[in-house]
Amino acid sequence: MATTSIALDESPRIRTLLTLADDALILGHRLSEWTGHAPTLEEELALANIALDLIGQARALYQATGIDEDALAYLRDPHQFRNALAVELPNGDFAFTIVRLFLVSAASDAFWRGAVGADDPDIAAIAGKAEKETAYHVRHAADWLVRLGDGTAESHRRAQSALDALWPYTGELTASADRPAWLHAVGPVLQRATLTPPADGWMQSGGRQGRHTEHLGHLLAEMQVLPRTYPGATW
Amino acid sequence: MYTQALNTRETTTESSPDADRFQARIDAEERIEPNDWMPDAYRRSLVRQISQHAHSEVIGMLPEGNWITRAPSLRRKAALLAKVQDEGGHGLYLYSAAETLGVTREELQDQLLTGRARYSSIFNYPTLTWADIGTIGWLVDGAAIMNQIPLCRCSYGPYARAMIRVCREESFHQRQGFEIVLTLCRGTPEQKAMAQDALNRWWWPCLTMFGPPDTDSQHSDTSMQWKIKRFTNDALRQKFVDATVPQGHFLGLTFPDPDLHLDEATGHWQFGAIDWAEFRAVLAGNGPCNRERLEARRKAHDEGAWVRDAALAYAAKQRNAA
Repeated sequence: MATTSIALDESPRIRTLLTLADDALILGHRLSEWTGHAPTLEEELALANIALDLIGQARALYQATGIDEDALAYLRDPHQFRNALAVELPNGDFAFTIVRLFLVSAASDAFWRGAVGADDPDIAAIAGKAEKETAYHVRHAADWLVRLGDGTAESHRRAQSALDALWPYTGELTASADRPAWLHAVGPVLQRATLTPPADGWMQSGGRQGRHTEHLGHLLAEMQVLPRTYPGATW
Repeated sequence: MYTQALNTRETTTESSPDADRFQARIDAEERIEPNDWMPDAYRRSLVRQISQHAHSEVIGMLPEGNWITRAPSLRRKAALLAKVQDEGGHGLYLYSAAETLGVTREELQDQLLTGRARYSSIFNYPTLTWADIGTIGWLVDGAAIMNQIPLCRCSYGPYARAMIRVCREESFHQRQGFEIVLTLCRGTPEQKAMAQDALNRWWWPCLTMFGPPDTDSQHSDTSMQWKIKRFTNDALRQKFVDATVPQGHFLGLTFPDPDLHLDEATGHWQFGAIDWAEFRAVLAGNGPCNRERLEARRKAHDEGAWVRDAALAYAAKQRNAA
């Protein structure tokens, strides 16, 4: 493998696969950062489990492009990544991590359920597994979200503040036509959590076009360090 | 909670009919179960050993966790994450096994965070390169298996049963680690050098994982009598060296021990003198990463306090509403 970035000729199919895969990889990477540092031992296992599901989904999606999965993960520059900005933001506190996991998983859940019958046989096959995994991610995140929102004054404050901070990043989680359904999915959980969804206003976007936050470059610098440092090596 | 009942039971080692019956059951290879009579010292010994083991699994997540975000391929990233997750799982069921002896996980964790409990000295060494991840799997997990396979026949039932699953997963980790090192050794000169450097740094600390020499060990005699332990530290260490040296030679690596040689008469690999002063220093808190490891756990514990409080508060609200 070379160390220089790969050039991609993105067909619409490849772009779709990369968008889905990059969301899964980057969120999986962020969740994996919790390993060894989570609030309880049970939650260590759960977050690692979700991260593993997501990295597994990313691998299957990268493989479906016909391009080497590691070249795609390790030898693209930030502007070549298609993930939503929400997934690359640093983990913040546990409330931020959970609110993000919930909001993103709710969008993925709807997508994967719909994709089970997709015309593209690769996407349909991946969806068969991903829809079950994602349904669990939504449930796990929702359980915590309700505990945090309706727990103590401090946990409520942290959860609400995470929700406020993340809301402007949710615009690019779904196609605009799918947003009402997404709002309909997240609303009842937020209500049970006694949290107030901010009104839809200005939305920060750009991830799908490769215009990222400052955070993705740092994430990739860390993730890609070995393949970039040792050209041609096999690991 | 079920296990708290055990706290109040009066047990004394002086009660000799009980003690005799207990030892007779051990001698007959029967398993001792949580509600069975057992000498206080047996209970203390097991709590100490099982909780140290659990702490080691949890602290052990840190040096390997250090490379999850830098794993060099997606396959390696997933495998490492799964491995570290397995270790968390081992910690969880070992704490549960310890709880059957009448202690709580919170008490045990408090002992760890306040520096009153020990964990394996090996996790106080740093993981400096990717080769360390392979080497930990190959050597550290390899050494752990040598120690732990006999524990599957430990006289205390819950511990023995936990160890069966732990050992199965550790064997997988060991093979996975060896395969990482093998890939490096067959790779570029830089990768091979990385593997050699890792072996140089980890070999001697791994030999100390089996504990002090038999002449110094404080707990071995009673542990052997109670069949908590079935082989001495030195016997297990030798078994590990004999199994591992040919693997290292197969990899084309050199062990950092000029005295290492095969004793034709005994068939054992003889190794040089272990630096026990370093071992004692690391155990006493003066290893390269002792402070960082404990600090990382304390930070996770402290920063997680509001989350655990929230979960308890929510559960209480639900109970009150029901």
